[in-house]
Amino acid sequence: MREFRVQPIRNGTVIDHIDSGKALKVIKIMGIDENVTSVVSVIMHVPSSKKEYKDIVKVEDRELNPKELEKIALLAPNATINIIRDYDVVKKTKVKPPERVAGIVRCANPNCITNAKTSMDTTEPVEPEFVVESTKPLKLRCIYCDRELENPEENLI
Amino acid sequence: MHMLKMKDRDVVSIGDFTLEEIEGIMDHAKKMVPIAKGEKKSKALDGKILSTLFFEPSTRTRLSFESAMLRLGGEFIGFAEPSVTSAKKGETLADTIRMAEAYSDVIVLRHPREGAARLAAKFSSKPVINAGDGAGQHPTQTLLDLFTIKTEKGKIGGMNINLVGDLKYGRTVHSLAHALAMFGAELTFTAPKDLQMPEHVINRVKELGVRPKMEESLENSIEDADVVYVTRIQKERFADLAEFEKVSGAYRIDMDMLEKAREDMIIMHPLPRVNEIAPEVDSTPHAKYFVQAFNGVPVRMALLSLVLGVRK
Ligand SMILES: Nc1ncnc2c1ncn2[C@@H]1O[C@H](COP(=O)(O)OP(=O)(O)O)[C@@H](O)[C@H]1O
Ligand SMILES: [Zn+2]
Repeated sequence: MREFRVQPIRNGTVIDHIDSGKALKVIKIMGIDENVTSVVSVIMHVPSSKKEYKDIVKVEDRELNPKELEKIALLAPNATINIIRDYDVVKKTKVKPPERVAGIVRCANPNCITNAKTSMDTTEPVEPEFVVESTKPLKLRCIYCDRELENPEENLI
Repeated sequence: MHMLKMKDRDVVSIGDFTLEEIEGIMDHAKKMVPIAKGEKKSKALDGKILSTLFFEPSTRTRLSFESAMLRLGGEFIGFAEPSVTSAKKGETLADTIRMAEAYSDVIVLRHPREGAARLAAKFSSKPVINAGDGAGQHPTQTLLDLFTIKTEKGKIGGMNINLVGDLKYGRTVHSLAHALAMFGAELTFTAPKDLQMPEHVINRVKELGVRPKMEESLENSIEDADVVYVTRIQKERFADLAEFEKVSGAYRIDMDMLEKAREDMIIMHPLPRVNEIAPEVDSTPHAKYFVQAFNGVPVRMALLSLVLGVRK
């Protein structure tokens, strides 16, 4: 018998094994804010197997799009995504941190060409793009200006 | 060194090239010297057009690229100041590049923003050569610095190369240190504590197996040097003028300082210099900074002909 800390959900997504403390950021990535229309449970600091703690996010009637998955993979490289249908886990996948990310993080270097605006306020027709040098700790390097992004989590788009 | 694959390559960062490729470019540059001096004539790039897009002023780099193109029988179009371009009218760099790509065979770009050359390379099927992108890369400067050491000293590996001055903000010294380490040079970094080489450069150099020596006093470190590479210390880095004057005085190369140097030590400087090297030093055999500036031409001739696939 499974132990549930919150009401089981019928259909939706459970994001499990989120690094402890990161659940609120995951919620933000999913665009869940005060206008939320489905049941969302956030469980933080749950003891997990190896003397460690994890966070869990459960969202009813909602699945994740590829961009959201990429962002979650960056923030919480150990997360598993469980698709729940009719109360059962029908699909379980581990997120896979990508080798390159485009369009989900912006470069923090204000003088990077990806942050340039012309006199008419137009921008260059490129998405900011990074090479993922490591996931723990998260290290991203801008493919344009070659700078390492100091605080990727603060620069999610 | 026979299969140098340089045709259509972009030259954005020195890190894009292997040691063999850099050696190949230098070998090619050596053959260009008599043409660069005007002693021999060449029509190797006859019919080819270079775009020089300078969104930021530069004298040496722009003139040496233009001279390089003309010496090889090619021609150039472009601008030396952004005020006359459509960037002022709101055109993106990407669009300016697409235009230059249509009008010419190779593009040289100087831009105030880091990453501009990488972006340009993405939008152009014609080769793009980075002539400096903000505080980023300036690979042709690095190549001509390496070429100068190679031609003046015969080799780079094993040489004791002393980088002096503002090592923290100086854009040329970071990629130069990296490249010198690739060649197995011995490195000394001589700078005031607050202007020492950034940690990430030191780490990269160490990864390449070089243990740089850190020094504060040029008087101490000049003795062992085969090459002294001087950079300018800028006033703006100091809160107080007296402190600036004291520091810049301690790193100035004059006849007294030279007494401690080896007889065959050479002095390099990316120029323009202000007070870092006393004018009397110019006429000593140590002074190689004007040769170094000249070397910009054969090195850029070599790059232009290699990326255009012309090898004569
Ligand atoms: N119907 C459900 N409603 C809410 N949470 C569920 C439901 N089914 C499973 N979960 C949660 O989804 C995660 C993955 O479930 P499961 O595959 O059973 O466990 P585990 O991955 O630990 O082997 C767990 O955190 C579990 O509590
Ligand atoms: Zn950048």
